[in-house]
Amino acid sequence: MIELQNLCKQFPQKDGKMFNAVDQVNLHVPKGKTCVLLGPSGCGKTTTLKMINRLIEPSSGKVFINGMDSSGVDRVTLRRQFGYVIQQVGLFPNMTIEENITIVPRMLGWDKKKCRERARSLMAMVALDADRFLKRYPHEMSGGQQQRIGVIRALAADAPVLLMDEPFGAVDPINREQIQDEFLLMQQQLGKTVLLVSHDIDEAIKLGDMVAVFRQGRIVQCASADEILARPADEFVASFVGQDRSLKRLLLVQAGQVAAMQKTQTATLSSTVAVAFAEMDDSELLHLTVVDANGLPLGFIKRRDAKSGKGTCKDYLQAIAVTSLEGDNLRVVLSRLYEHNLTWMPVVDGDGRYCGEVSQEYITGYLNADHSAS
Amino acid sequence: METLKQVLGYIGHNMPYILGLARQHLMLVGIAVGLAVLIGVPLGMMIIRFRTLATGVLGFATVLLTIPAIALFGLMIPVFSMIGQGIGAVPAISAAFLYSLLPIVRSTYTALTDISPGVREAGLGIGLSSWQRLRWVELPLAVPVIFSGIRTAVILNISVMAIASIIGAGGLGTLILHGISQSDIRMLLTGAVMVSLLAIGMDWVLLQLQGVLTPKGIRK
Ligand SMILES: Nc1ncnc2c1ncn2[C@@H]1O[C@H](COP(=O)(O)OP(=O)(O)OP(=O)(O)O)[C@@H](O)[C@H]1O
Ligand SMILES: [Mg+2]
Repeated sequence: MIELQNLCKQFPQKDGKMFNAVDQVNLHVPKGKTCVLLGPSGCGKTTTLKMINRLIEPSSGKVFINGMDSSGVDRVTLRRQFGYVIQQVGLFPNMTIEENITIVPRMLGWDKKKCRERARSLMAMVALDADRFLKRYPHEMSGGQQQRIGVIRALAADAPVLLMDEPFGAVDPINREQIQDEFLLMQQQLGKTVLLVSHDIDEAIKLGDMVAVFRQGRIVQCASADEILARPADEFVASFVGQDRSLKRLLLVQAGQVAAMQKTQTATLSSTVAVAFAEMDDSELLHLTVVDANGLPLGFIKRRDAKSGKGTCKDYLQAIAVTSLEGDNLRVVLSRLYEHNLTWMPVVDGDGRYCGEVSQEYITGYLNADHSAS
Repeated sequence: METLKQVLGYIGHNMPYILGLARQHLMLVGIAVGLAVLIGVPLGMMIIRFRTLATGVLGFATVLLTIPAIALFGLMIPVFSMIGQGIGAVPAISAAFLYSLLPIVRSTYTALTDISPGVREAGLGIGLSSWQRLRWVELPLAVPVIFSGIRTAVILNISVMAIASIIGAGGLGTLILHGISQSDIRMLLTGAVMVSLLAIGMDWVLLQLQGVLTPKGIRK
């Protein structure tokens, strides 16, 4: 969809020498994927992004959009294919928020009603009250609010490609989380091709299907977030993603993925403890979850109790303090384990049915296994 | 005290005549500044696009402004004599037009240069054509500054036009000129006061107009 080939940009410096702001960048972002351009300040992220919509002309190299060389396309036509969020927000101070949001649709000749509806639904997406804000002017909003308007202005005309330069930089953490979630939801539904600039590794992990790490105008590693966290290409990438990179990987894995690697083993209330013990002994388990006829967890029994016990599981049932959902990421699960001073907990699906368990051993095992094939 | 009475008496007796001159004065200034806006604003927009022209155009307009008013009117006479309009309204309007160019071109140029890079880049980046950017973003934002240039031009030329009566253009300068030649303090004072009042009044009117035309989002 978007392909950068040997893209370079040199700026003249004060001393007359040329400075490589972007140096031999190659990147291919397939249709419907989100690529995060990640790197420290001044590493050429913005310059790279602006060469795609030709706000900056490349010194050399090419940009292909759907296989078409962008240097042959008229600039205005080219830019209409992109939704563009600029780093400095850049709302038009003379226009109301509604006029700002709908400017491109209006230029494209949408009718008034459609523009209004579009503005309202986009406001809801970034958690801003349409009735309160649409008729206001940019200077009557906070920096973070303005930035959210900048983001939805880029979405308004439903362009197939989004170029976003630090779109959530000025938004407070709580709203940022929420907007990022909305963004992910929108991505699932609309599947736009997105290039997003960020210097926040957590944002890259959360939003990026692929992450391109920049250093001094070059891409030093381009891979999935998990790959970058698991196997950073060099010292620079390792230090940029942080020493807690293994913990960060936990964000990328859902409890269900860990549960899916296990054989589902359960007992019922009427099972004899002898049978339950045999099952635990075979699989070297220390406990076994007891479920009802529908598969909902009722409690568990300990191997120690089952070993010497007689009767059914019902007699030795222990209560389950807490469970986790399939969709919870491992960081949340781990935090919950520590909170309740547990070593494991059952994982349940959307209907509350038992589908496996997570424990510290399982998590470690999952992180060390090679999932690059999947 | 005696003089004030005389002046008021003079005004009382010659009201229609004085108002007629004031109207004529305003017409001359209005036409000159109006033409300067029609030419100066597009010129200011043009030298933004072709920056190399900016120094030349602004420099030339500055030089024009340094020519003393009397000399400029004098210079107009031989030029317009060639088309048989050596004296009267045509050379007077032309001179005032030239004086108005600098404040208007420069304010347009400054206003457009001062637009924040973020706003400019957003306009470019979302795919507005240069005409659309000018029409929907840059000109509306430039209104207050362009208007301050127009106000300067109007005030400047209301006083410059007072001298234009020496080349027979009429206006309130007629009162001043006659006042001097006939040693009539009443006419002289009336002319001078009327010119000042006109300048103050027009500045106020234009300020109101500026308020109305300035987009709501950038009003102070
Ligand atoms: N117009 C220009 N002229 C000269 N140098 C420039 C110009 N634009 C950018 N640079 C330089 O190019 C380098 C890359 O700039 P760029 O704006 O792409 O950085 P960035 O990665 O977006 O940084 P940030 O995270 O701070 O926004 C910087 O060192 C910058 O100083
Ligand atoms: Mg940047």
